[in-house]
Amino acid sequence: MSNNVNIIEIKNVVKDYDGKTVVENLNLKIKKGEFVTLLGPSGCGKTTTLRMIAGFEKPTSGQVFIDGVDVTDIPPHLRPVNTVFQKYALFPHLNVFKNIAFGLQLKMIPDGTEKVGKDGKVYEGLRRLTKQEIEEKVNRALKMVDLEDYGYRDVTSLSGGQQQRVAIARALVNEPEVLLLDEPLGALDLKMRKDMQIELMNMHKKLGITFVYVTHDQEEALTMSDTIVVMRKGEIQQIGTPKKVYDEPANAFVADFIGESNIFSGVMLEDYKVMFASQTFECVDKGFKQNEPIDVIIRPEDIYILDADNPSAMFKGVVDSCVFKGDHYQIILITEGNEMLIHDNVECEIGQEVGGYVKPFDLHIMHKSRIINEIETQMWDKGIVEICGGRFPCDSELPENTPVKVSVEFKDVEVCDDEEDGEIGGEVVNTIYKGSYYQCVIRTDSNYDFFVDTQDEWLKGDRVGINIPKDKIKITPIVAEEE
Amino acid sequence: MKKLTLSRKVFSYPYILFMLLFVVTPLVLILVNAFIVDGKIDFSNFVDYFGNPANMNVLTLSIEVGVITTLLCLLIGYPTAYLLSKMNAGKLLVLIFIMPMWVNFLLRTLATKTIFEALGVQLGIGTVIAGMVYNYLPMMILPLHTTISGIDKSYIEAAGDLGASPLRVFTRVVVPMSMTGIISGITMVFIPTISTFAISQLLSNSSIYLFGDSIQLKFDQGMYGVGSVMSIVMLVLVLLSNFIINKVSGRDNQNRSTLL
Repeated sequence: MSNNVNIIEIKNVVKDYDGKTVVENLNLKIKKGEFVTLLGPSGCGKTTTLRMIAGFEKPTSGQVFIDGVDVTDIPPHLRPVNTVFQKYALFPHLNVFKNIAFGLQLKMIPDGTEKVGKDGKVYEGLRRLTKQEIEEKVNRALKMVDLEDYGYRDVTSLSGGQQQRVAIARALVNEPEVLLLDEPLGALDLKMRKDMQIELMNMHKKLGITFVYVTHDQEEALTMSDTIVVMRKGEIQQIGTPKKVYDEPANAFVADFIGESNIFSGVMLEDYKVMFASQTFECVDKGFKQNEPIDVIIRPEDIYILDADNPSAMFKGVVDSCVFKGDHYQIILITEGNEMLIHDNVECEIGQEVGGYVKPFDLHIMHKSRIINEIETQMWDKGIVEICGGRFPCDSELPENTPVKVSVEFKDVEVCDDEEDGEIGGEVVNTIYKGSYYQCVIRTDSNYDFFVDTQDEWLKGDRVGINIPKDKIKITPIVAEEE
Repeated sequence: MKKLTLSRKVFSYPYILFMLLFVVTPLVLILVNAFIVDGKIDFSNFVDYFGNPANMNVLTLSIEVGVITTLLCLLIGYPTAYLLSKMNAGKLLVLIFIMPMWVNFLLRTLATKTIFEALGVQLGIGTVIAGMVYNYLPMMILPLHTTISGIDKSYIEAAGDLGASPLRVFTRVVVPMSMTGIISGITMVFIPTISTFAISQLLSNSSIYLFGDSIQLKFDQGMYGVGSVMSIVMLVLVLLSNFIINKVSGRDNQNRSTLL
């Protein structure tokens, strides 16, 4: 279905709200006829991106193209796209029929004649749709969403699912080139959501137009899309087919956000050999530096439970819990102090010792986005360095205002509950469980992200304080490059 | 002796007393004055009132003034309320429009008169309408501002998304969706204007008498019978306009309760 024409192209788009960057240098191409899902947690910029395509928001910088035309400065009513809004936004003063007819009544179509304008150019003569044409189109749209007899009903008398269908019909009746959907199923209950997912997929297949779908529900994205765009903090993390995003996540964030996963910190010993959870495993990856710290991701369904004395068991562990989940058991295994989440269809006793097996192919190894916290700053005074607005005692005797680079290991950053107790404060923006410890990202007020390895789970969105012991701060002076 | 229990019913007694004293009694008095002449039921008061063409002229003029005032209030009030709802400081600015209402309306009208005289404006029907509009404009702006600022931004975006230019968005979405505000604005301006007194007398040097003024005059002159008949006419008018307004708004907004 998809050919190689890009219907939407977003080039270097940045969007700031009151100096806060919501979308950062976004580049995205969407092919004609594709079902693309923008997926990410709330506040990742996915809705803002959609609104920039629709024209409700103007990018702070960068350009948006639809069908090769730069539409960055074109208002929404002149763009060839239609939107299905999160809360439907059906006009309460109009009935179902009139809601759907709204766009058609405003539409101008060529009437086959040609007119010569004052400037000598030839224009197509335009006319409005006739009443019959509108009625025909609206009735067809109503039929498509299975609401044939609802035309003269009041929109407020409809159920959530019915309103949703009207909203979809209202957008599709205009025959847009692109249909934008902003979390359209968010307000529906689970069963209705599943049904609507299938209906939307069928409509997409039948109509062959481009769908751009925004959701924070990873399952929805995996079910429906041709392409998933995973976003986080205004940046694209990965673009790929659902299978690729699930099987080969680009980084620990994507792995953690899409589906359940075990994420371990490990070391790449040599090509095809990785060490994590205190054991060495065979893998299929190469090209890493020797002893490079990496993240290992294993999907819970890729680990198999074996008998403890089975010779092919790669590791042994003790069952900590075993819960029946309908089509599988969810087992938590403790191995060498690391927790491992496993989905398998064998029932285990709590406390039982079992073996585990993972195919080398299912060990996903990825570069760490950062291995140490590094901040470029300057000395406050002898023995005191400034970090993110706070003053930290250190072992350096460099004079005041010397530009320096500060390095702090993840495990050496101390987090405290009360922001007041820390030298500097910050907000927890992310927490990932890594088998035996948590890795948190704490964003300070000067917008630096501290990576912290800690035994405690810190809740996303909480304000915390940060301290760094004096002897854990490594300082190297930055020598200005002379040319 | 029966014990006095504090049931829920007890709390309604002051209200019932108030209703009896200030609503039911005056209404009964009006009916008595209108229908009973010399101890007998008699329609001579009605004949007196409806038989005099001058009385009818006052009634028509009052309705005309009411309609014109309401239209002017709507024409001035709607754009004002719309702009205010678009502004961040709108809530504060609304206060400026409401502030004159804190001044006693007689004082306000006297002050308006003085201004007109100082400007050398001939007092007459023009100044009466100007004074009415000035007095009742806040009554129009307030409900309109409340409804217009209550319209969710997504409706406006949806209309734009479906191809409506900003002007079309205004005429096809904003205006119909603020119908409740328009209706309550009209109710709150039209009904008081047809019944006010004093404004017309003061702002026309007593050359124009509206319905409210003539009722007051009749009672001043001791013509309680005719005055009561006029009060009944007034009541019927108010009930009638309320009925019509509700009918119109009921058709448009079946599922929304009217504001204020």
